[in-house]
Order: sequence, then C-alpha cells, then structure tokens
Amino acid sequence: CGSLSKDPMLKKRDDFEDILEERRNSSDLKYALRCYTPVLYKGVTPCTSSMLKSMVLQSDQLHYVINQVSKETGKATDDIKEEASAILEEMAQCLQLSTVRFFAFTLSKAFKTLFRSICVNEDGIQRLQQAIQEHPVVLLPSHRSYMDFLLMSYILYTYDVALPVIAAGMDFMGMKFVGEMLRMSGAFFIRRSFGGDKLYWALFSEYVKTMLKNGFAPVEFFLEGTRSRTSKSLTPKLGLLNIVMDPFLKGEVFDVNVVPVSISYERVLEETLYARELLGIPKPKESTSGLFKARKILSEDYGSIHVYFGQPVSVRSLAQGKVNRCQFNLVPRHIPRRPSEDIASFVNDSAYRLVRAQEENMVLKPWVLVASLLLQYHHQNQAAGQKRGIALGELTAQAVWLRDLSRQYGAFLHWPDHIPPSEVVSSSLTLHRGLYVYTLKQHKELLSQAVILLSCASYRNQALHVFVRPALLALAIHTASSNQKQEVFNSFSFLRNMFSNEFILCPGATVQDFEEACYLLVKTGALQFTQQEVLVTERGHRTLAFLSTMLDPFLQGYQVKETLCNGCVMFCVQKGGCVHNSIQRSREHLRIGLKYMEVLSSDLQKNSLAALLRLGAVRKMKG
Amino acid sequence: IWLNLCQYLFFHRQEILKWNGWGYSDTRFLFNKKGQAEFTGKRYRLSGMIIPALQNWFEGTFGASVQHKSPAMPILTSSAVQPPTLNEAFVDELKSTGIPCSHDAEDRVFRGHGHCLHEVFALREGKVGRVPDIVVWPNCHNDVVKIVELACKHNVCLIPYGGGTSVSSALECPPEETRCIVSLDTSQMNRILWIDEKNLTAHVEAGIVGQELERLLNESGYCTGHEPDSMEFSSLGGWVATRASGMKKNIYGNIEDLVVHVKMVTPQGVIEKGCQCPRMSTGPDIHHFIMGSEGTLGVVTEVTMKIRPMPEYQKYGSVVFPNFEQGVACLREVAKQRCAPASIRLMDNEQFKFGHALKPQVSSIFTSFLDGLKKFYITKFKGFDPDRLCVATLLFEGDREKVLQHEKQVYDIAAKFGGLAAGEDNGQRGYMLTFVIAYLRDLGMDYYVIGESFETSVPWDRVLDICRNVKARIIQECKDKGVQFSPLSTCRVTQTYDAGACVYFYFAFNYRGLSDPVHVYEQVEHAAREEILANGGSLSHHHGVGKLRKEWMRETISDVGMGMLKSVKNYVDPKNIFGNRNLI
Repeated sequence: CGSLSKDPMLKKRDDFEDILEERRNSSDLKYALRCYTPVLYKGVTPCTSSMLKSMVLQSDQLHYVINQVSKETGKATDDIKEEASAILEEMAQCLQLSTVRFFAFTLSKAFKTLFRSICVNEDGIQRLQQAIQEHPVVLLPSHRSYMDFLLMSYILYTYDVALPVIAAGMDFMGMKFVGEMLRMSGAFFIRRSFGGDKLYWALFSEYVKTMLKNGFAPVEFFLEGTRSRTSKSLTPKLGLLNIVMDPFLKGEVFDVNVVPVSISYERVLEETLYARELLGIPKPKESTSGLFKARKILSEDYGSIHVYFGQPVSVRSLAQGKVNRCQFNLVPRHIPRRPSEDIASFVNDSAYRLVRAQEENMVLKPWVLVASLLLQYHHQNQAAGQKRGIALGELTAQAVWLRDLSRQYGAFLHWPDHIPPSEVVSSSLTLHRGLYVYTLKQHKELLSQAVILLSCASYRNQALHVFVRPALLALAIHTASSNQKQEVFNSFSFLRNMFSNEFILCPGATVQDFEEACYLLVKTGALQFTQQEVLVTERGHRTLAFLSTMLDPFLQGYQVKETLCNGCVMFCVQKGGCVHNSIQRSREHLRIGLKYMEVLSSDLQKNSLAALLRLGAVRKMKG
Repeated sequence: IWLNLCQYLFFHRQEILKWNGWGYSDTRFLFNKKGQAEFTGKRYRLSGMIIPALQNWFEGTFGASVQHKSPAMPILTSSAVQPPTLNEAFVDELKSTGIPCSHDAEDRVFRGHGHCLHEVFALREGKVGRVPDIVVWPNCHNDVVKIVELACKHNVCLIPYGGGTSVSSALECPPEETRCIVSLDTSQMNRILWIDEKNLTAHVEAGIVGQELERLLNESGYCTGHEPDSMEFSSLGGWVATRASGMKKNIYGNIEDLVVHVKMVTPQGVIEKGCQCPRMSTGPDIHHFIMGSEGTLGVVTEVTMKIRPMPEYQKYGSVVFPNFEQGVACLREVAKQRCAPASIRLMDNEQFKFGHALKPQVSSIFTSFLDGLKKFYITKFKGFDPDRLCVATLLFEGDREKVLQHEKQVYDIAAKFGGLAAGEDNGQRGYMLTFVIAYLRDLGMDYYVIGESFETSVPWDRVLDICRNVKARIIQECKDKGVQFSPLSTCRVTQTYDAGACVYFYFAFNYRGLSDPVHVYEQVEHAAREEILANGGSLSHHHGVGKLRKEWMRETISDVGMGMLKSVKNYVDPKNIFGNRNLI
C-alpha cells in the first residue's frame, strides 16, 4: 500500500473544470446529437454485441465448462449450450449510440436542475484517453449513488472518450423499460449471487474478459460491490477484479490499465434513504414507478459533484515481483482453476490499493468538517444533559482549525479560501439545512433523530480516510497501559486489526500505517518521540482528543456488540437474522444510556460482528 | 592441393573471416557515397548489388542517419591483449606430441568470443577481456585424446572451439579462471571418414563446417539436410554440443534425430555406444548427456549421421496473409495436418517491411511494373492493410510431382486463412535474408544501431500471446531505460511442431545519447527473456544456454534436474577440466 508520497502536503492534484457550465450556455439537443468519435484501443477490431456473444459461446473456456457440466449432470451439451446462450442474452449489454444520445439529452436537463456544477479533472481525462489507446482499460469509480454510472458515461460522452461497458446488479433488470435503456447505454447485468453455478461463472468471466481483451470498450465496475450507505469506502469485492486481472496474468494481453475514479457528491441523492436503510427499514425495490415517484428530488439543491479520474495503474507494474506468471505454464489456460495463494493475496492487496487511490482523490467539502464538529458537539452536550447549540463564531473557529489540520494530513479539501470562513461555514449549513436544524434540537421521535444523526455521520465518514491512521494512534495512546513505544504499537495494532472490517486498512501494512500515523502527528507537533516513549505535546492534546473522539462511536459500537454477544451465548442464529436481532437489542440498550445513535447502524453492526467472528470472540453456529 | 589450401585457410581462418564482426572479410553492407546501400563481395546472390530502399528503411526505422557513423577499430592492437598465462609443463609436453599450437594474440582473441552483441561490440572498440592462453589444433580423434590426457595431468582448462558462432556467451573465458586456458580448435578434424550407402549413414569428424559437409556429401549425391542458419560457419561438433536445429528439420529432423552415433573424449575417457543402431532401449540415452552439454563434459570428435539422397527438386514459395493472427492459424493447421513443407516460416509485418527494404535494384522496368501491380492487387484489390499484412515463406523439397502436389495442399490450407500465394521470388529472398541478416547487424553498428536476435519455443496456444507480449516488453523496456528512439522489435515463427512452434525475435535500436548502450541492451534482452518465460516459452529452442541464460536453468529443469546434470558433471569431469562454466 505504499502509494502515498511521504509528505501528503506535496500531493499534486489536477484542476477541475465544470462541464455543466457549457450545458447552461448552449443547446442540449445539439450536444446530444453532436459528432461522437472517441479514440479507441490500438488493437481493436470493430465488433458488434452479437459477435461478442458468439465469441464467448465459442470460446475454449466455455466448451470446457459445458462438457464438464454435461458430465456432472447428465444433461446433453446442446441443452446446456442453449441454457448458456439464454444466460448470456440476459447478461449482455448492447451499447447503442442513439440511447446514449437520449441519455445525454435528458441527463443534461436533470443535472442542471439538480446540481450546481459537475467538476471533472480534464488532465485525468487526457490520461485516460492515452491509456485507452495503449492497453485495455478498467474504470473503477467509487460508489455512493445510483447516479454514478450514468454520470460516468455522461462525462465520457462529453469528452469524446470511449464509452464503457458497466457491470450492474441484476436488481436493475426489474425496472422493465429502464433496465433495457441501461442495457443499451452499456450496462450488462450480473446476478448478485451465483455461488456454485459453474456455467454462470464461466459465462460471466468469459464475457468480461472477451470485452476487455479485444479492447472493445473500457470495462467499468464498482470495486466496493455496492453503494456505500455510510460514505465510508467498503471493503473491496474481489470477484471482478480477479477476472479483469486474469488476462494479464495469463499473458493474453500485455497489460491492463486500471483507472480509479473518485466521485464525490456534496449531497447524495439517496441521503435519507440510506440512513433509513441503515436503521433496518428495508430498501425499496428498484422499479420504474419508484423512479418516477423519486422525481420530487428534482426540486432540491444537491450542490456540486466532483469527479476525479486518477492516475492509470498498470496491472503489470502492480504484479511486478509479486506474482510468478509461470504458474500458468503447466495447465491449459482455458481450464478454470482456483487462484493460487500468491495471486489471491496480490489481487486483495491491489484492491485495497485501488480503493485507497479512490479515497485519496475524494473531494471534501467544508460541510464534511462542519458535520464532524457538530456531531462531536452534539454528543458532548448529550452526555452533559445540555440542550444548546453552538455559536456560529465558535463553530467557524473550530472549522478553521480542522481545515488546517486536514490539509496537513493531505486531504483533498475544497475550501474556498477567497471567502471569509464564517461565510463558508454558514453557506454549507444552508445547503444541509435539513440536517443541522435537528441536530441542535432534541427531537422527540427516536427514529427520525437517528436518521438525521446517521446522515450527519455519513458526511463525517467522508473525511475518515484522512484521519483514520492518526486517529487509531490517538486511540492507541489513550488506551495503552504506558507510553512505551512498543505498548503503543501493540495497542495500535490491536485496534487496527479490530477495525479492519470497518476502514480501508491494507492487509499486512500495520507497520506502514503506524509509521504514517506517527509521521503525521509528529509533523503537526502533536507528538514527540524519545528513545523509548511517545509523548503528547501541550498543543497535541486538542488534536488527539478530536481524533480519538472521531473513532468513539465505532469503539462503542464494537463494545456494545461484545457485551451483547457475551450476554447470550447461543446468540448467533443466522447472519441476517442476527443483525436484525441485534438492532432490537441495541434499542433496548439505548434506554440504558447509549451514547451514540450510530451504534444502531446495520453497517456498523455487520462489520463489528464480522470482526468479532474473525478475531474468534464469537463463533458461528448452525441451527 | 585444394584440400591443403582449405586446411590452411581454416588454420588461420581470421585471414578470410572478420575478427570483429560476422562472416567473410570481403562481404559486408555499406552505404556508398550516394547514400545507397551496397552488399560487397561475390559470395551471395545479393553480393555486388545495390539495395536502393535500405537507407530509407534504416533511417526511418531507427531514426539513424548515414551521416552519423560509429566506425569500428580497424585493427587489433596486440597491447590490448593480456600476455598468456602458460602452464610450461603442459606446453612442453604438448609440443613433444607434435600437435600444432599457438599463443599468438590474434589466434587467441579470435577464439575468445562468440557473436553475442556485447562480445562483438567490445571487439569493435578494441577491448579484449580474458582470452584463451593457447590454441591447439588436433588433427584427429587420437590427438584429442592426448590433449585431454595432458590437460588432466597438468590441470589446465580446456574450451572446445568449433565454428565460433555461439550466441550464448559459451565461448567467453570465465574471468575467474586462474588456470591456463587452452582453446581446442577442431577445425582440422574436417574429413568424412566413410559413407555407408546401405544404411544411409556417414561417419564424419566433428570439426567439419556445415557448408563443407554438404558440399562433400553432395559430391557423392547425398546430403544431411541439416541447415542451421549459421551453417556456413558452424561445425558438426558444435551442433551436437548445443542441440542444434536446422531449417529443413520437417524433412530431415533436428540434430538429435540425425545423430546415430557420437564419440566424445572426456577426462574419464571416451564415451560412445557399442553399435550403430537406429534405436535402443538401454536406459536413458547416453547421447542425451552429450547433446546439449555445451563443452562442459568433453570434446565431440566423430559423429555418425544419417544421410539422404539429394532431393530431385526444390521449390520456394510464399503466401501473404492479411494479418499475423491468420498466418499463425494457418501454420497451426499445417502442423495439425502434418503437411509442413521442408521449411515454413512466418514473418510479422515489421519483418515483411524489412525484407522489402532489402530488395535489390531491379534491372528492368517490366519487373518493377510487375511489382507495382502485385502491390496494387494485394493492398487495393484484396484490401490487405500494408501495416498489418504478413508473409510466410516456404521451401518444398523432394520428387517433382510430390512437391507440386504438396505445394497445392499447403496453398489450399493457406487460402482458408485468407492467404494469397505471393510467388517464388519473395520466398527465396526470405531465406536469403537468413544468411545476410548477421551482416546487417555490422552495418547497423557502423551507424549507432545495435541489436540481436533470440529464440524460444512455445506451445501453439501461446504463440500469438508470446509474440505480442515480448515485442511490447522490448518496446517498453527501451523506453524505460532511456533509449531515445523507438526500437525495431519484430518476430517470426520459424519452425512448426506437433505441439508448438519456434519463435525468433529480432530487436535493435539506435543508441545515440546512451552512455552504456551494451548494458541497456543486456537489460532489455534480460527483460525480454523473463517475459518469454512468463508466457510459457522455453529458455532456448536451439541456441543453448551458455553463460548468458544460466540463471534461469534451475526454474527451467527443476532442482532435481539440476542435481542430475551436476552429478554427471562431477563424475565425468571432477577437476572441471572442461571449465567453460556453461549451462549449470
């Protein structure tokens, strides 16, 4: 995970360009009908979607698996072939420029009403153009909203870049008309789970690989697998990453360029929906009528979006010295095999690296800092039994302090320096009016209060990746039995391990993370190191208090979980049921003085349970 | 008289061969005053001709200029050569046997290198490293037995020397060797001892050079059919010691198929089989300890080889394919149907263009008109993209009737893959290229361009991938290593087998602006070899391992395999008399 430059202050980032500006000044229709001639991969041979399908069906891989399935089930190969062809029909995209143009038109209209601006780093687009010509490209956007992939295609269309094919969850297929529209704009659909289905897996992986190898189009998917409801990056899913790296590892292409894309929303469309979902209110099924009902959001202001196309990462250079590609020499490459240990850990490491690359270029708005501060205030007040707000002046002063701190930690903060800080703070309060009003008043109804707090927490979460390493260190110092360096490290390592389901912490990088945290805290004058000891400086107390408070809700969440689990030995029934169950229990707990509403978040509960399972504190039992 | 002359010439072969480049002294490429390329001498079909397109191709491909010369040192200064470390007792006893020997600087330098880029580059700069201290010329098997006995007795290091065409650093003297190094030049052992027409075998001394062997056999109406690209200079013993492969192996087989009996002198004595049988089930074949031993176990002195009556009819041919993929698919099909002609080779687009640039000046307007028409037909009428098309060259051999039949079969297969017959001329020129390409490297080196070829063998399903990836790796590495100009990175498939093919890569670049071009070259070649191995290719198809590729031997043949080879070495040559340190 050593992708960070030593001094985060020195991180160079590109400038942004607002693509909506032109849309506001010229005809959308003209824009939708304009000449679209993207540069393509140098080796690409033009290929229709039906050609793609037949390439997949005729591939050695598929032949092998069909024969295998036929032997195992006794079904005739022809029947299985038909089955395969039907699955492929259900899966395949059929990108059509006319549909893209339709979206270009309608999205222009929608975006202009919803957002103030959509800012894109043009240098990144240029790098992407270059990368597309050289090698097959994989686009890895962060996933915070349904908007993400439409937005991606919209931007690429705008800049005349080759349109991607996008791996989408099958849930969209339920939306009859819309599902087909999405298919025609490049989405292909995969079932959420197909565990042991060999045929499905073979078709799916071969389909993706065929598109990738031929350079037919950039392949886009979400490393996090699903939208993050908490604005915190999710632990990466490895299935698709395995598939797109495979052609390189097997020598079928010279290299694959992976481009992490960071999409940051000032306000996510699904804001309140997410908070409700986290509290266990089931997510509404995707449906076309639902989409129309949701159109009321068109009347609200969602601020701006920042899309940052990161530096293309060459899979070849990632694999340099980590994978021995000769391991594929002794078995024909079309026979499916479980990835070896070195490949599994290589893909896992790469996935974390790529998620961190996404995080690094996430734009943070002032509100993120304000929300973090407000949350801490709220909790302190609550603990003290007080019900009062905070003076704008004081908040501003705090925010400025936090602004400087986060910059020193390398955050990609978009703080308009030419405007007085008090205005910055108050204008970001205005945009999120719906949230902060309530944080100041104690609301009667528990549930809606929780919704608001969780929404606020999700803004704070956007900044977590900046602070998480120093915060873990702060917490470690706080909990360690002494100031001995080794003690602190041990405690850091324990906490880091415990929270590894919660935050993006690269596996096996404990020492690097510790060093990075030390470096940042020492650099900002919060810590001093002697030969043996770690000392907190006079002015460091404030920083450390802020940092460890930041992780407090998580810590408490894990503690609650532990007490709950200790409470009932035969607790775990099934994973799904368990989470739900625990929500009930947490609510009970709430009456006996739970400090943080966030503990109610199903995400936190899921992660903490996974962590406890992993650490062996809890055992999963059947029945 | 002729034989004596011949012997004299090979005794002092540096008098007719270049000491710091490839081949005959009288034969080389040069750009004349008009800037046109010329091939001097009288030995080849291309000799004495003007090659009008070469300059353009050369300057365009490498970004080189005929104005920027990097000439070689014309003569060797003997002061550059370290004085020999002589083992006096050995030398005295050797002299008493009457076997000729020399410690003349030129003789020693000439036998201290092969033709790797770094070796030739150093010579051109007049730099000489560790070279043999003394050269001996045994005249027959018994002479070799005596020399090896003396070497063991006096503990000197022996390095067998055949044709000197090694491209694996096999002839380099190990710098850490402190003993007296003796180069054992087999060139005087160049007779055909007998021909057995009943069994179609010939018993030949191992020092004979390829073209000489063919010429002598042809006089009796026979041939071996073994034609490695280096056959003008490489020797029978060298073929055996490196597991050589010939262009026409589809009819005649590679060296391991041709050899019936081998005699090798080792420190433990002479190893040979007791009969001349076509096949035996007597444990592991001892020939396979000898073939590919690269001079680490002993000296091959005599070989019984299969011979064939000379073919009645030979015909060249060529096929143009719209792209390399189709070409490979066609070769694969030909191999599958086991109907490969004597030789079938597929050049990629870059090499096709390269071959084109080597067309000599045409004498008549009619031929150039025809050429233009052909080009028009292929690119405009058939719609082949001139930047993608590639060409296969063919050589058929045998009865006239069968050849024609065979030819039709192959062309029919080619047509299925979009191949168009492109005439005998293109085919013949393709094969001629094989012999002149090494001269072209010397031309490049006169103008800041260095390069080399290397080979591998690979399963069929990997052929396209390995070609693409290795070529791309070369280009990338050049860029990363600071090469200022884009390199020439090209390949061809030169042999087909049931289960795979042999692939040759050519790689050259303009080194202006680099402080240590040879080092850069070596780094790129190293990376290319890693890429080959990662893509399922072999360490070598026929060049051998030498010292250049030793580091990959263990992963190639496994720990146990290494142990086996080492224990053979330990038994046969415990004092490391054959101390060239090749292979293991």
